[in-house]
Amino acid sequence: MTRGVLPKLGLVLYLVCLFLPIYWLINMSLRTNEDIMSGLVIWPRHPTLIKYFFIFHDPTWVHAFLVSLTYVAINTVISVTVALPAAYAFSRYHFIGDKHLFFWLLTNLMAPTAVFALPFFNLYYAVGLFDTVWAVALAHCLFNVPLAVWILEGFMGGVPREIDETAAIDGYSFWRFFVRIFLPLIANGVGVTAFFCFMFSWVEQLLATTLTATKALPFAAVMSRSYSASGMDWSLLAAAGVLTMIPGALVIWFVRNHIAKGFALGRV
Amino acid sequence: MKKTINNRAWFLIAPVVIVVLFSALLPVMTVVNYSVQDAMAENHFFWNGDTWFRDLLDPSTEIGARFSGALERNLIFSFVILLIEVPLGIALSLALPRRGWAVGPSLVLIALPMLIPWNVVGTMWQIFARADIGLFGAALNGLGLNYNDTQDPVSAWFTILVIDVWHWTPLVILLSYAGLRAIPDAFYQAARIDAASRWAVFLKIELPKLQRVLVLAILLRFMQSFMIYTEPFVVTGGGPGNATTFLSIDLVKIALGQVDLGSAAAMSLVYYLITISLCWIFFTAMSQLDMLKEA
Repeated sequence: MTRGVLPKLGLVLYLVCLFLPIYWLINMSLRTNEDIMSGLVIWPRHPTLIKYFFIFHDPTWVHAFLVSLTYVAINTVISVTVALPAAYAFSRYHFIGDKHLFFWLLTNLMAPTAVFALPFFNLYYAVGLFDTVWAVALAHCLFNVPLAVWILEGFMGGVPREIDETAAIDGYSFWRFFVRIFLPLIANGVGVTAFFCFMFSWVEQLLATTLTATKALPFAAVMSRSYSASGMDWSLLAAAGVLTMIPGALVIWFVRNHIAKGFALGRV
Repeated sequence: MKKTINNRAWFLIAPVVIVVLFSALLPVMTVVNYSVQDAMAENHFFWNGDTWFRDLLDPSTEIGARFSGALERNLIFSFVILLIEVPLGIALSLALPRRGWAVGPSLVLIALPMLIPWNVVGTMWQIFARADIGLFGAALNGLGLNYNDTQDPVSAWFTILVIDVWHWTPLVILLSYAGLRAIPDAFYQAARIDAASRWAVFLKIELPKLQRVLVLAILLRFMQSFMIYTEPFVVTGGGPGNATTFLSIDLVKIALGQVDLGSAAAMSLVYYLITISLCWIFFTAMSQLDMLKEA
C-alpha cells in the first residue's frame, strides 16, 4: 500500500544486504583455497566446480546428504500424520484438559534443544536407536509435532462445522469423512505444515549431531569434521554450505504462493 | 466457533500424546532425575536434594556466577533483537509489493535465510566476517573501524546481532506481510475518503490489525533468540572470554564438555522454566490488553 520511492529503495537495499553473505559463500565455493587466501575478490576470476565434484564423488558426503534428507522426510511424515487427528480434536471438541494439554504441547516449542541433548542421547542409546535416522527423526518430533498441531488447528478452524454435520447426516463414517472430504479442504494447510516441519528439521543441528556417531552422520556433522582436518578448507566448506541451501530453496519455490498465508499460521 | 463437549476426542489426541511423551516428557524426567542426584562412581547415583539448585541460584558460587552472567547476556540479547527486528520487519513488510511479478521472487529471497541449516549460517558468517577473506570484515576495517569478531567483545556482539537480524528478520517480515494482506481493501478506501495521512493509516488501521501476528512474531522471536546456540557456537565459540557465552552454550559446555550432569540438569530446568514463565507472562499480558480493548 505504500507508494513512493524511499520504501522501495529501502527494500531493495535490504534484499541486497540479505543476499550478500549468500553470494559470498557461493563466491568462495567457486574458488580454490590459494585463490581465497590471496585476497578479496568480488567476482571469481577462475571459477571452478572442483569442490562440488569432490563432494559428489566422496561417498561420505553423499551418504550424509541422503541421511539428512531421510530423517527430515521421516520426521515430516510422522509429525503431520499424528498431528492431523489431534488438531481436528482441538479445533472441534471440548474435552477434559484440552486447554492445559494444548499449552503443554506448546511449551515443547519453548524448550531449548540444548536442554534435551544429553537426555536424548541416553534415551536413544537405551532403546537402541542411537546412530540411526530414526533417532533424529523422532527427536525432531519434540518441536515439530506441537508446531504441526498448532498450525493445522488454525487452518481447521477456518472450515465451517456444517460440513462435518452434513457429512455425518449423509452417512459418512468419521474416517471416511476425514480422509475423503475434510483433508482435501485443508490441503493448503497440510502443505504449509509439511513445509514448516521440513524447515525446522532441516535446519536443526544440535540434536542431529548429538544423536549420531558414524552410520547416520548428518551433513552438518561431516561439515564440522572438515574443520579440523588439514587446517581450514574454506572452499570445500563453502561448497558444502551452498549445497545445503538447495533443498530449502526448492521447497520455498514450490510453496511461495502459500508462504505468506502459512506464516500467519491461519490465524490472522 | 461453537465446540461440542466430547471426551472421546482424547482418542484423536492419543497419537500426539504418545509421541510427545516419548520425545519430551521422558527426557525431561531424565533431567529432573539428574538434577537431584549426584554420581559417585560410574552409574552410581545417590540422592542429592536441592544442592545443585542452591549452588546454581547463588551468584557467589562459581556455577552461580556463570549462570547469572549467561542469563544476563541472554536477556540483553533477546531484548535488543526484538527492538531491532520487530520495527524493521514491519517497515519492510509495508514496502513489499502486494501484487505483480515481484511478489514471488522477493518472498523466496526473503525466506531463504531461514531455510539454511544453522551451522551453515554460522560458517557463512564466519567467513563473511573475517577481516582478510570476508567482505563484511574487510569493509568494516576499510571504513577505519577496528573490527575483529574473535578478539574484541564489542565486535563479537555486533556480529552475533547482525547475524540474528539477517537470519530472523524475515520471519517478522513474512508474518507481518501475511497480516497486512488480510486487511480488506474497504478499510483503505474509507481512509482515502477521510483523507487520512499515511501515518494515520498505519496507526489506526494497519497496526491494530497486525496485533495478533505481531504477538506471534514476538513470542517466536523471543523463544528462539533465548535459545540461541549454533550461530555464536560456530562464529565466536562463546568468546572472546565469555563475552558471547549464552545459556545454551554454557549448558552444552557443562553437560557434554565437563560431564557435570547435576549442575547441567539443574541449569536446564531453571532455564526451561524461565523461558516458559516469560512466554506465559507475555502471552497473558497481551490477551489481557486484548480484552481491555474489547470491553
